[in-house]
Amino acid sequence: MRSTKNVVVSVLLFCASVGAWEGLVRLFEVPTFILPPPSQVALALWRGFSSGLYVQHLSHTLLETMLGFIAGSALGLILGTAVALSRPVEFFLYPYIVMFQSLPKVALAPLIVVWFGLGLTSKVINAALIAFFPLLVNTMVGLRSADEERVSLMRSLAASERQIFWMLRLPNSLPFVMAGLDVAMIFALIGAIVAEFVGAQKGLGMLIQSMNFNMDVSGQFSILLILSVVGLLLNRGVMMIRKRVLFWDPSEKERIDQERVSA
Amino acid sequence: MATEAISVQHLSKLYATRDGGVAALERISFSIEEGAFVAVVGPSGCGKSTLLKILAGLLAPSGGSASLRGTAIQGPRRDIGVVFQAPVLFPWRTVLDNVLLPIDVQGQGRDRFLPAAKDLLALVGLREFERRYPWELSGGMQQRVAITRALIHDPAMLLMDEPFGALDAMTREHMNLELQRIWMEKKKTIFFITHSIPEAVFLADRVLVMTPRPGRIVDDLATKLPRPRPLDVMTTPEFGAYTRHIRALFNVKGGLDA
Repeated sequence: MRSTKNVVVSVLLFCASVGAWEGLVRLFEVPTFILPPPSQVALALWRGFSSGLYVQHLSHTLLETMLGFIAGSALGLILGTAVALSRPVEFFLYPYIVMFQSLPKVALAPLIVVWFGLGLTSKVINAALIAFFPLLVNTMVGLRSADEERVSLMRSLAASERQIFWMLRLPNSLPFVMAGLDVAMIFALIGAIVAEFVGAQKGLGMLIQSMNFNMDVSGQFSILLILSVVGLLLNRGVMMIRKRVLFWDPSEKERIDQERVSA
Repeated sequence: MATEAISVQHLSKLYATRDGGVAALERISFSIEEGAFVAVVGPSGCGKSTLLKILAGLLAPSGGSASLRGTAIQGPRRDIGVVFQAPVLFPWRTVLDNVLLPIDVQGQGRDRFLPAAKDLLALVGLREFERRYPWELSGGMQQRVAITRALIHDPAMLLMDEPFGALDAMTREHMNLELQRIWMEKKKTIFFITHSIPEAVFLADRVLVMTPRPGRIVDDLATKLPRPRPLDVMTTPEFGAYTRHIRALFNVKGGLDA
């Protein structure tokens, strides 16, 4: 798909839609506090960055997201492994996990802010809590999905359960774990922003909230733009790690081949 | 007299089902001398895979006894090599690392076995593929890696469960020649399970014929064809007589369904 011609067409389409947006907003004299034209958004973006305001809040949100991602994933990995390996742990813990899983976790954000304050801690905890589940479930499924024939092979070699875990189950679970990390990264960002909405002193979520009170819609648009770019970059980062770790995975290989073909 | 490689006495295996049970194996007895190439041929569901799993220590019998090289089977053991129908390679390991898997499991020094691994890969014509990953190889090449892996810890015998069943006809013939060559070079006992009558006659010196429900050995046939056998041996009258004889047994007993 990525021929020169298609790239040109795609750039033209982008310019045309931004142009149409600008033109229509001006033509129908839509008030800026309802829908700002792209030029106003760009201006807000430039102002925010040149004053250092956005950089300060962006770095704070990024810190919360990364800490939440790391804590949540680590916990998900550990608990997922425990549930997959131990029947008692599964029996006693899993019902609660399922119950908790079906709860919309953003609804916990107000409580968490009350418990842990307006600072960094509550944001990290909220981000971690939301990032935790995809890792837990994927680790569990991944560790249990080892092919019967491969398990038979290991048994025929008189391998111990511990060896079967380290040499077979763990590497075999990596595609699942990486898919979990993929989702957890974006979830952590959502968790951080939602907690900032509820109550914070710093961060892009808090900034959106305060701009909303001031009817600064161009500002909000500019932050949404930043957030979508941040989300994209974080996702790309995980995908790069994934490609390195899963170089042997056939489904990954297909994807790499496809990209090679299209490049 | 040398100890027998495999000795099986009145071996039975019952699988529990909703309406009682089905006898996968019923009082099977045979013995195989050290260094022999023995094939077991039978249709699907005749219990031949069950037999192999019991010999590999992966399955406990319901009755009777089985021993390898004079000692009763009590679980998986390290003096045998098993080859399954699928190559069962680990995709995250290179060809060489896959071959060395038994060494890793047994906690023996890799370095000590590295030359052996390279020699074996050379023996099966995969010397220059040792750094590749399984998905870079064809089905036949993958199965050759599996055979190499089964040989790396220098086991006294190989148990093979329809190892070439998933390969296309041409590759399969080629693999049969390869296996014959490996056997003639390594002189290990090979217990080879297949549902192909020509494959059994071509490869083995002795063919055990099994029929299903209940799983039984109905014939024990010595095939006296000179070695090394070229593929052309399949067109000789002797070869035809053996395959005809075995096929007739299946026709009496209800035919081949695989």
